[in-house]
Amino acid sequence: MKNVMGIINMINEPDQLEELTYHRNIASVPFAGRYRLIDFILSSMVNSGVTNVGIFTHTKYRSLMDHLGSGKEWDLDRKRSGLFILPPMKEGLDPTNGDLHTLNAHRDYLHRSSEEYVLISRSYMVCNIDFNGLQEFHNENKSDITVVYKETNDIDSFSTRIGMDDSGRVTSMWDPNASPHGNKVSMEMFFLKKSLLLDLIETSLAEGHHSLMKDAIRANIGRLNVFGYSYQGYLGIINTLNSYYRHSMNLLNPNVWRELFFEPGLIYTKIKDEAPTRHIDGGHTSNAMVANGCVIEGSVTNSILFRGVHICKGASVKNSIIMQNGVIHENTAIDHAIIDKDVIVKAERTLIGHERAPFIVVKRKVI
Amino acid sequence: MKNKECIAMLLAGGEGKRLGKLTKKIAKPAVFFGGKYRIIDFTLSNCTNSGIDTVGVLTQYHPLVLNHYIGIGKPWDLDRKEGGVSILPPFIKRKGGNWYKGTADAIYQNMDYIKQYNPEYVLIISGDHIYKMDYERMLRFHKEQKSDATIAVIEVKWKEVNRFGILSVDDNHRVTDFQEKPEETTSNLASMGVYIYTWKVLKQYLENDAVQSKSSHDFGKDIIPAMLNDGIQLTAYPFDGYWKDVGTIDSLWEANMDLLDDETTLKLNDRKWRIYSLNPNQPPQYIAASAIISNSLVNEGCIVFGEVRHSVLFYGVEIGQGSIIIDSVIMPNAKIGNNVTIYKAIVGEGSIIGDGSVVGSPESDEVTLVGNHESIPSEFLSVKEQMGI
Repeated sequence: MKNVMGIINMINEPDQLEELTYHRNIASVPFAGRYRLIDFILSSMVNSGVTNVGIFTHTKYRSLMDHLGSGKEWDLDRKRSGLFILPPMKEGLDPTNGDLHTLNAHRDYLHRSSEEYVLISRSYMVCNIDFNGLQEFHNENKSDITVVYKETNDIDSFSTRIGMDDSGRVTSMWDPNASPHGNKVSMEMFFLKKSLLLDLIETSLAEGHHSLMKDAIRANIGRLNVFGYSYQGYLGIINTLNSYYRHSMNLLNPNVWRELFFEPGLIYTKIKDEAPTRHIDGGHTSNAMVANGCVIEGSVTNSILFRGVHICKGASVKNSIIMQNGVIHENTAIDHAIIDKDVIVKAERTLIGHERAPFIVVKRKVI
Repeated sequence: MKNKECIAMLLAGGEGKRLGKLTKKIAKPAVFFGGKYRIIDFTLSNCTNSGIDTVGVLTQYHPLVLNHYIGIGKPWDLDRKEGGVSILPPFIKRKGGNWYKGTADAIYQNMDYIKQYNPEYVLIISGDHIYKMDYERMLRFHKEQKSDATIAVIEVKWKEVNRFGILSVDDNHRVTDFQEKPEETTSNLASMGVYIYTWKVLKQYLENDAVQSKSSHDFGKDIIPAMLNDGIQLTAYPFDGYWKDVGTIDSLWEANMDLLDDETTLKLNDRKWRIYSLNPNQPPQYIAASAIISNSLVNEGCIVFGEVRHSVLFYGVEIGQGSIIIDSVIMPNAKIGNNVTIYKAIVGEGSIIGDGSVVGSPESDEVTLVGNHESIPSEFLSVKEQMGI
């Protein structure tokens, strides 16, 4: 895909990830054993040939900056273009500080980029998508804006549903808070000409609006040719705790594992140089996804271990997610829990949550 | 160019004939090791962890994979403005030019590279060894001893002395004798192939050696004996830690198995001395409910449905339902079908083992080798000791 720049828009992202986003933004929430949510959309863009990506950050983006670095893991440390991190121009969460304002404040970046088209997206869509098909579809339909959607019955995340007529034209977009209409969920990815985007930003701001999706795109679906492009692969919309937990557990299906991480391209992330995982005699691993650098001396069932986790002898971890560098000491039992980074759970503890309400332990805690 | 106190010259031209099919198309330092690494990762990581940021890598035999792998040295943090990693293949000069005739000749032919940095000391290492070593400490020792040449030594088993270059030393670590692969000896201190030389001394010896028509231009055979003969300050630096020359199929297999020993001193998980490697960007491993894994090293990108005991799995390996892998090393992207049995084997990169096949046998003492990108058909029952040497 040539002549397309990518924008990942983190301004006012819906976030009900509770403790997981107390100290980080949604884009940098750890997911799937070694990734951050943003890796999926960023890798998809790069694998599709995008070489200029603007990251519009909003709040709590220290850990995101650390994660992205110079962009070299995504091959975005280029002499020309590459990765651009564009922080907000105003402080705080003032609603008048919507994404239209920030996009406008950084319009020089948009002007200076040589690409004719823009692919604008959110950070929390877990998917693996080849956008080359999207560009072809857009041109064939002489579309003004093409929206990527997926047919799904996913109900535990915040998402916009779209209605389409028989020609594939998008006729309506329903607010996440409205009662669900149909099963076409917008993936909040919009493909359009850069000139149109700039025009929409300017016009909507002049009319006193704030939001790109609501005011600039949705308000214009009657006037513009907006088409829906269907995505067939695996999708997780990770903006609530329930969807985070459920989609994490879905990864334990080997078909999902094969599809999401390999097809059509690989997902890139920051490298940690951990050694292969050591499965010690007496340890037991069953239906689990385990990243590198772990040591498993206890029992791990239906769970996800991030990099550098240590499960000591006699410990039992079930239906849980243990993030980076977690240490679970002897004879501790953990079930239905999400344990954030650098947590130490001492010996003989019992942490039990529920499928709809997993036990959450915040970063760096000692239990 | 900026002067450097100490630079490293890494000998990576080894053909590794005794590794049989594994080195058919790649140089020995590029052979896979330890579930994730290539052999040369250990010496390159030692350099960067020891604060040596200028490394010349001397290549010769089948350099394609090795050159591509090293690239500009990014994974080892050796992509530096001043110094960094440089690949040094043999080259043609106005008056002739030649293949590297020996280890000493390889350094001699690249004297211009060394002179650019005007170093006080040169560290000479080999890309065929597995060990973790702080070269900075060895350099400090070299300076304290006011040495002209320091050779790192390790105690080996007495029955193995005939496989190594053996040094005799006095109480002050001074080398008194050196014998290449002796049958009988009074010392069991083996040279690890790790040398620090004071550059102006080494330069002299290399220049003298280059004009000796009878010399084999080798450090062990020619340079060290000449230095010993002249009585210059030659010291032995004692190293106690894990060190292994993985020159044969057996020793490569053994070194992999050593990693599974709880008592091993080669701690791959030690965060203070990480071994860096080019990352293949694979997802975390998936271990199915039907899988049984014990005492094994498993890398990212593996998907395991069968049983794995006392084995090492590299990235992207698939182990099918009902298969049993025991005492084996399975290299990257090998696909093991269903109901396969593998005993004491090294299965090469990208090979495919068909359903129901048997590789190796529990009775055999030999390590069975399946070469890179080989396919074993289904129900093939006797893949044994395919050493292919």
